[in-house]
Amino acid sequence: MRGGEILTIAGKEFRSRLFVGTGKYPDFATMEKALAASGTEMVTVAVRRVNLDRTQESLLDYIDLKRYSLLPNTAGCYTADEAVKYSRLAREVGMSNWVKLEVIGDQRTLFPDNEELLKATKILVKDGFVVLPYTNDDPVFAKKLEDAGAAAVMPLGAPIGSGLGIRNPHNIAIILQSAKVPVIVDAGVGTASDASIAMEMGADGVLMNTAIAGAKDPVKMAEAMRKAIEAGRLAYEAGRIPKKPYASASTTMEGMIE
Amino acid sequence: MEIRLNGKAREVADGITVGRLLDELKLQALRVAVQVNMDIVKREQYGEVVLQSGDTVEVLTFMSGG
Repeated sequence: MRGGEILTIAGKEFRSRLFVGTGKYPDFATMEKALAASGTEMVTVAVRRVNLDRTQESLLDYIDLKRYSLLPNTAGCYTADEAVKYSRLAREVGMSNWVKLEVIGDQRTLFPDNEELLKATKILVKDGFVVLPYTNDDPVFAKKLEDAGAAAVMPLGAPIGSGLGIRNPHNIAIILQSAKVPVIVDAGVGTASDASIAMEMGADGVLMNTAIAGAKDPVKMAEAMRKAIEAGRLAYEAGRIPKKPYASASTTMEGMIE
Repeated sequence: MEIRLNGKAREVADGITVGRLLDELKLQALRVAVQVNMDIVKREQYGEVVLQSGDTVEVLTFMSGG
């Protein structure tokens, strides 16, 4: 079995195995409630220009830093240099030396650029960052990221925001068999069962944003995801029965009248 | 003098420091990162780094993201 009851990444313990993004909610108040309902302990944020119009509300006013740690991302970066720059800016903001490393290779699919991702991972690990790279579901490449010092690997279930679920469970299963660092399924989750499937397979956690933020009722979906993650993990720990083609009676024949 | 701040022209006092600029913008220095002409300015240096006319200044923070 992978991991114990508590997930540990780079020495930090997480009671919740669900990680949630802060993008695309209808408003900050809904996001705040959804984060609370999800039970998450770490949320992703982006690094962007400050709003110089101080009358507008700021995201950080709605994130209780005693309750959630921040995982800055490098979304929108297309080269290793850019991703390294954004990681350093994120660290300078001063609340985290963790980074969800994204180096995108294609605008339409948002699939990662492996070459640049590996390059950025090496630079950032050397620079003291806790690097959590968003990667495709390639077991060979996941191993390369691990060898480069990634604190976890985060293979996609399906393209970001697609809601298609876990498209290649066999590849995720291979990654889970070989990875020595935590494996967080990042992207692709559409609904609660997708999250459960990832957890039942033995994923150490799931990171999602659109599935919650884009639901008709994000707060309710956040609660559904919390339960799905917990149910999936419990099922994994419990050990499912093997699949077989024929029935096996749950009730004994013994004691029936002749 | 004029600088470019987050992509827009802005008039500031001659010899202004990064720290003074953040004060003027009413930004909490603890929650931003500053880049001047592509170089990150460390927080400890905010009081010392003097901006020049034509400098490109970026002030960044955490915003919504997945």
